[in-house]
Amino acid sequence: MLTLSWVLPLAGALLLLVVGNANGRRDAAIRWIALLVSIGVFAVTLAIWAGFDGPSPAFQFVERYPWIPAFGIDYYVGVDGVSLLLVVLTAFLTPIALLSSWGSIERKVKEFSIFMLALEAAMIGVFISLDLFLFYVFWDAMLVPMYFLIGIWGYDQRIYAAVKFMLYTMAGSVLMLVAILGLASLHNAATGAYSFDLLRLYSLDIAPSTQMWFFLAFTVAFAIKVPLFPFHTWLPDAHVQAPTAGSVILAGVLLKMGTYGLLRFSFPLFPDAAAYFAPMLAVLAVIGIVYGALVAMVQPDMKKLVAYSSVSHLGFVVLGICAMNTQGAQGAVYQMLAHGVSTGGLFLLVGMLSDRRHTRLISEFGGLKEVVPRLTAVFMIITLASIGLPGLNGFIGEFLILLGAFRWNPGFVVAAGLGVILSAVYMLWMVQRVYFGPVVHEENATLADLAPREWAAAVPLCVMAVVMGVFPTLFLRPMEASVDALVQRVQARRNLQVDDAERPATVVRSASGRARPPRGLAAAHRADVPASEGRRERSERSER
Amino acid sequence: MLALIPLFPLLGFLTNASLGRRLPKTVSGAVASAVMVASFAVSVMTVLDLAGSPPDARAIEQVVYTWIASGDFVLDVTLRVDPLAAVMILIVSGIGALIHIYSTAYMQEEPDGEYARYFSYLNLFAAFMLVLVLGANFLVLFVGWEGVGLCSYLLIGFWFKKKSAADAGKKAFVVNRIGDYAFILGVLFLFVQFGTLDFQRLAGMAAALPPEEGVFGALSLATLLLFVGATGKSAQIPLYVWLPDAMEGPTPVSALIHAATMVTAGVYMIGRNAVLFSHAPETMTIVAVVGALTALMAATIGLVQNDIKRVLAYSTVSQLGLMFLAMGVGAFGAGIFHLYTHAFFKALLFLGSGAVIHALHGEQDIRNMGGLKRDLPVTYWTFLVGALAIAGVPLLSGFFSKDEILYETFREGHTVLWLVAAVTSLLTATYMFRLVFLTFHGEGPNPAPSHPAPSHPAPSHLAPSHLAPSHLAPSDAPSHPRTVAPSHLHDAPPAMALVLVVLAVGSAVAGYIGMPHGLGGDNQLAAWLAPSFEPPAGARPAEAEAGPEGALELTLMGVSSAIAVGGILLASYFWLRRRELGAALARRYAGVYALLLNKYYVDEVYDAAVVHPIQRGSERGLWRGFDVSVVDGAVNGVGAIVAEGSAILRRLQTGSVRAYASSVLIGVVVILGYYLWR
Repeated sequence: MLTLSWVLPLAGALLLLVVGNANGRRDAAIRWIALLVSIGVFAVTLAIWAGFDGPSPAFQFVERYPWIPAFGIDYYVGVDGVSLLLVVLTAFLTPIALLSSWGSIERKVKEFSIFMLALEAAMIGVFISLDLFLFYVFWDAMLVPMYFLIGIWGYDQRIYAAVKFMLYTMAGSVLMLVAILGLASLHNAATGAYSFDLLRLYSLDIAPSTQMWFFLAFTVAFAIKVPLFPFHTWLPDAHVQAPTAGSVILAGVLLKMGTYGLLRFSFPLFPDAAAYFAPMLAVLAVIGIVYGALVAMVQPDMKKLVAYSSVSHLGFVVLGICAMNTQGAQGAVYQMLAHGVSTGGLFLLVGMLSDRRHTRLISEFGGLKEVVPRLTAVFMIITLASIGLPGLNGFIGEFLILLGAFRWNPGFVVAAGLGVILSAVYMLWMVQRVYFGPVVHEENATLADLAPREWAAAVPLCVMAVVMGVFPTLFLRPMEASVDALVQRVQARRNLQVDDAERPATVVRSASGRARPPRGLAAAHRADVPASEGRRERSERSER
Repeated sequence: MLALIPLFPLLGFLTNASLGRRLPKTVSGAVASAVMVASFAVSVMTVLDLAGSPPDARAIEQVVYTWIASGDFVLDVTLRVDPLAAVMILIVSGIGALIHIYSTAYMQEEPDGEYARYFSYLNLFAAFMLVLVLGANFLVLFVGWEGVGLCSYLLIGFWFKKKSAADAGKKAFVVNRIGDYAFILGVLFLFVQFGTLDFQRLAGMAAALPPEEGVFGALSLATLLLFVGATGKSAQIPLYVWLPDAMEGPTPVSALIHAATMVTAGVYMIGRNAVLFSHAPETMTIVAVVGALTALMAATIGLVQNDIKRVLAYSTVSQLGLMFLAMGVGAFGAGIFHLYTHAFFKALLFLGSGAVIHALHGEQDIRNMGGLKRDLPVTYWTFLVGALAIAGVPLLSGFFSKDEILYETFREGHTVLWLVAAVTSLLTATYMFRLVFLTFHGEGPNPAPSHPAPSHPAPSHLAPSHLAPSHLAPSDAPSHPRTVAPSHLHDAPPAMALVLVVLAVGSAVAGYIGMPHGLGGDNQLAAWLAPSFEPPAGARPAEAEAGPEGALELTLMGVSSAIAVGGILLASYFWLRRRELGAALARRYAGVYALLLNKYYVDEVYDAAVVHPIQRGSERGLWRGFDVSVVDGAVNGVGAIVAEGSAILRRLQTGSVRAYASSVLIGVVVILGYYLWR
């Protein structure tokens, strides 16, 4: 069943490969095939959700076959509450992205559809892999279609953007590959057999000083993907140059790979290192929140504005992960889903404007509310979702993250909260300049309002924004057990190092003591890896 | 049952939002008004139900569903009506219904789609406002809190083609967000401290604690953060700047949202958490001082404004300040009492100004008005009642409530604050009657010399430059002379007139429910509200107020009556009998006058100190300076270095077989040599 969820889109892509399409005569058929396949994938993921046992923290729908037995590499997949929801999100956004391309992708439709479906297969594969080697294969496989999507169907500077995207991400994933191989050999050293099995590696006892290096290798790869400040500059370029469908997927799913990786790998595999680095990561996250918002505010290009807003929103997710308590982690996962819906939606809608006017400069618009009232209404709903209005999806994640972070370290919340103010500033200012006021450019006076195809793409997003805001328990319940298990895994290991007497009994375990490194670890750390060296290491890697 | 109260307007919103464009005006207006009346009817039934139970048990609760559940944070959507909420739902749905009815006539000139859009927003506002007052915990309140902010944004910017309207809407939202930021911090703080966000449970827990003393404790800090949120929503220093600009919206919106209901949310929130706040004496002092200062400052500004709605807007800010003063000195009942009477007379005044603006086809500058008494009798007489009520003339509603605030302030020993409030009252009577006299009395449009020169640069290009400083707000120049001859003016149409009369009656008699003991009344309102300001059940202090000091109360009452009458007389002297004197005064103190006219330049200071630095800094510093040059520069720099290096390495790849062969040979020699040498 789970395998089907990634094999189906791949099969769809292969099917399209054999469909003859001389001179684009069968473009329409190809579009429909791709759309139907992706809807089928969505149905499969919903079926998985329906069969998912919510109260259990275990990985479910597990499938496991030996792949390269000599190195202990398996084809090993399964979902828990976190990955389940992300898989569903992926399958939910792909048909919407495909639909959005119908009006803008005119050439090489066949190739475009193939890459989109291949991308979907790889993304789902990333979320369901429980074998690190398999994970890495999917992780890198994902880059290829995205690279071509930007490079072939992008805007003017698409090659620069595609190469930058590729190099940035590759730089990170090379480090991660080394760390994955290192982990397998650590397992070999400890047990006499190689293993890439995530669950087994979870229970591997790694010396705190060693954890530092591994944590950094993984985390840099993920931080680039998130993107965490200051690794974010590939994002605006990639977004601005990518076609709408690419942007929707990029913002909606690809960025979550980074935060998912932190949550699934960096923190639980290396809890001691995570405890040590969490405050530093949180500082970067908070800088990203405020910095991304401030820079978003002054962007003249709508797509860039939304791109920088992602830096800000994803900063919240990282902050929640760093807090590593129930609310923080649940809020982080929730924010990933919510951001997928609302920012995916924003890119979709900006794409619609761009299709109509072939520009994304805010100054080229104005007064559209009168011309396209329905598009305006939809844009408004998604905007409000994005700025976290209670009752819509953005609020739940943000609030839980802030609550979790407040229990950990209120100082971060005081700074991160500024992002809440600024998000209203940049989004509403953009809305005002694009939609309000008189129509100043004549070209805008005759724009068409939403077409049925565009309704079909936009309405599901609006509905999700409302449903996720009003009934968040629909999504919080399935992930609850898994997130709790994850948090406890991290905390339990970490608590070995912390003097229990220091912790007040009344508050949640993580409410105290996390801001400074656990005592034992700090001692070990001072001996082995001076903090400055660790930091220098990271900055060197980022440059590569 | 309780859920129905906000649900009715929500249904109205959904109807008008989805079908509105296809419905004729009569239908969309009728639907919107009908749902409000329905909501009011349910509210009345609920309150009657509530009144039937003994005072200790006056609370009806409904758990709708579990909204958020994450670990130990479980939050239900719970609605609860207690005496305080009862007063609020009656005000919101009652006055709300009246203003919907008024709007059906006022907005008649809008095209169909826009008309429906207006009513959908107005219904949505009512739904959120009712959620705000019915919410039994902080987060449900916050849903309403942000929701009304959204509707306020949408309605201020209703005429979105006007840049000033769109700007004002955005400003309102952003300034409110600043307050909300503090508010949310306060909420998080409370949850981490107490483990619940339910108002009753919080009150119960806080009641068990002794009042905080000394430097800021946790409770003081939390309540202070909440109060900062309230200054945003209720337009107090330092976040009041959005409210005057909010007058860009249609006038009924100003009446409902920016006078009668939404802006009182901050006052309500403090009343709702009376126990928390009274355990934080430091916060209470700050609340009282901020309230008093805001009241005085706004009243001084209101004295010189020339836009009829702006005068009322500053008056609202000022009256809200008085309410906060009451809350700050612990007179929660008095504050809510004033909130309640204010809802009547301020809605009346705004709707009256709307009738004037309607009759004059959009004219808002009082210097272009005058003598309207004859042509708009209904508007005039109802407006007069409202003005008398807000001025605090004895036996009208404003008198009782304002007097109670003054009395309680004095009795609690805050003599200075009492003095500030008394001066504010004097100013209130003065500026209100300046408005009445300039608008309704005199002969037609006021002739130019009737007004001080600095405020009068019309037409501005002819005025000497030193008399028309460029920093005067644009609205300061009378836009254009009135084009409609007075004889063609029409008084308010029936739907509007009816509402004005109802509100005028309300403004006159609403105060008797809270008639003080000193005058032989029994202040039923205070007794009704009392349970809401005390911790739930358990040991309550026995009636501490053993009996009001009758003599003191009567004396103070005399003083405030004198103040009200004095203010009116002052206004009649300057703006009715000897207008040139007012002008002379303004010329004489031109500096002060300009300062007031320009609202103490607070907007300009905020722009220069906050808005521009952030914008410039973000654009030039962070984006172009740092992001593009430094971060991306480093990235591209690394790329360039690699490219350079590769270009050098590329020379080695000559493609010449001989070169490769020789390098292989050299390699072999070197390696062999190494091993042989060893």
